Amino acid sequence: MNLDTLRDKLGYQPLLLGIVALLASGALAVVSDATAPAIAAAEAKDLRNSLSDVLPAGLADNDFLKDTVELDRNGKTVTIYRARQGEALKAVLFKVAERGYSGEIQVLMAVDMDGRTLGVRVLKHTETPGLGDKIEVKKDSWVLSFNGKSLLDPTPERWGVKKDNGVFDQFAGATITPRAVVKAVKGGLEFFTAHKAEITGQAA
Amino acid sequence: MSDIQYGRIIKDGLWEQNVVFAQMLALCPLMAVTTSGTNGLGMGLASTAVLVCANVLVSLIRKVVSAQVRIPVFIVLIATLVTIVDLAMNAWLHELYKVLGLFIALIVVNCAILGRSESFAVKNGVVASAVDGIAMGLGFTGALVLLGLVREFFGAGTLFAQASQLLGPSFAFLEVQVPGYGGALLMILPPGAFAALGFLLAGKRIIDRKLAEREAASAEPAAA
Repeated sequence: MNLDTLRDKLGYQPLLLGIVALLASGALAVVSDATAPAIAAAEAKDLRNSLSDVLPAGLADNDFLKDTVELDRNGKTVTIYRARQGEALKAVLFKVAERGYSGEIQVLMAVDMDGRTLGVRVLKHTETPGLGDKIEVKKDSWVLSFNGKSLLDPTPERWGVKKDNGVFDQFAGATITPRAVVKAVKGGLEFFTAHKAEITGQAA
Repeated sequence: MSDIQYGRIIKDGLWEQNVVFAQMLALCPLMAVTTSGTNGLGMGLASTAVLVCANVLVSLIRKVVSAQVRIPVFIVLIATLVTIVDLAMNAWLHELYKVLGLFIALIVVNCAILGRSESFAVKNGVVASAVDGIAMGLGFTGALVLLGLVREFFGAGTLFAQASQLLGPSFAFLEVQVPGYGGALLMILPPGAFAALGFLLAGKRIIDRKLAEREAASAEPAAA
C-alpha cells in the first residue's frame, strides 16, 4: 500500500498526530533536561547580582543565598536572605511588591538591624516608558533616596511623595508609580519590624 | 521542481510579499516589541531562526503529513521549536535572554511562521523552503528594525539604544543620541506604533507606484 492511499485513511490522522506529539514531547524533555542546570546557575547568578546591588560592598562575608528564612506575608511566602559578617547578622534582603500604574512593581530591598534601608532596587515593572520608568536606577537616581531611611526617619506620616506631604520626590507626569514604590518600601520596613524576632531569632 | 527561482523567493521575502508591509501579518509582536531598534533586531533574528527551522522541518515531512491534520502538526512543531529556542537562550545566552525573554514566547503566535509553513514549505523542497525562511525572516527583521528605529528616534531621541547589551560591546558605535531632544512619549506607546506603521505602509505604496510607473515607461517603447 503506498503512502498516497494510506494518507486518506481515517486511522492515519490520529496516528500521525500522536507520533508528532510524542516526538515533540521527547525533544522537549531532552532539551529541558540538558538546559536545566545551566538555567538554574544563570538564575542564581542573577539573584546574587541583584542582591549584591542593594547590599553595600564588604558588609557581608557569608553566602546569603543559602542563609534564608521563609515567612508568610498576607498569604504569600517571602524568602528572606540574611547577610552576616562572621556570626553577626548585619542585614536582611527580601522582595516586596506593590501595584503601580500598570501592573505590579517588584522591589528588592536590604534592611539593616536597626530597621534602616541599605538599598532599594526595582526588579521588575511595567510602568509607562519615559514617565514611570525613572524608578529604575539606570534611568534616574531617585530610588537611591531611600538609602538610610527608616520608619523613624522620616516619621510614618511623612513616608510618601511630596504631593502627599511626604519627603520623597514624585516625577513630572507620574505620581502613582513613585507612590507605589514608597508604599512598597514602607510596607517592607513594617514587615521587617513586625517579624524581627522570627527573622533574626532562628539563627542557623 | 527544478525551476525554482531563488531570486524570486528572495525578492518576495524582502519586498514584494514582505510579512509586515505586504502581507500585514505578525502585527501583534510587531507592535509589542518595536519600542526600539535594538528590540526589533533581536526579535527579528529570533523569529528568523524559528522560521527557517520550521520551514525546513515542514518541508521534510510534507509527504507524510496529510492535509486533514496538517495544521495541528505544524502548530505542534512550531511550538516545540520556540520552546527549544527559549530554553536554549535562557541557558546559554542568558544576557540576551534577559533583554528578549518576554518576546521569545510571542514567536509562537506569529502567524507569519504558520503562514509560510502552510503556503510555501508544504509545497516546496527543503532548500527552497530554507531560502524562503531566510528571506521572509530577514524581511520581517527589516520591518521590525525600521519601525523600531522610527519610533525610537521620535519617541526617545535615540537610535539603537542598548545595542551593545544585545550584540556585545563592539556594537556600541550603533548607539546614537540626539542631543537636547526630550522625546515624544506617544511614539513609544502603542498608538505611536500604529501611526508609524501607517506612514511606513504609505511610503511603501508610493515607492511601489513609482517603480511600476518607471517599468511601464521603459516597457512602452519596446512594445511600440
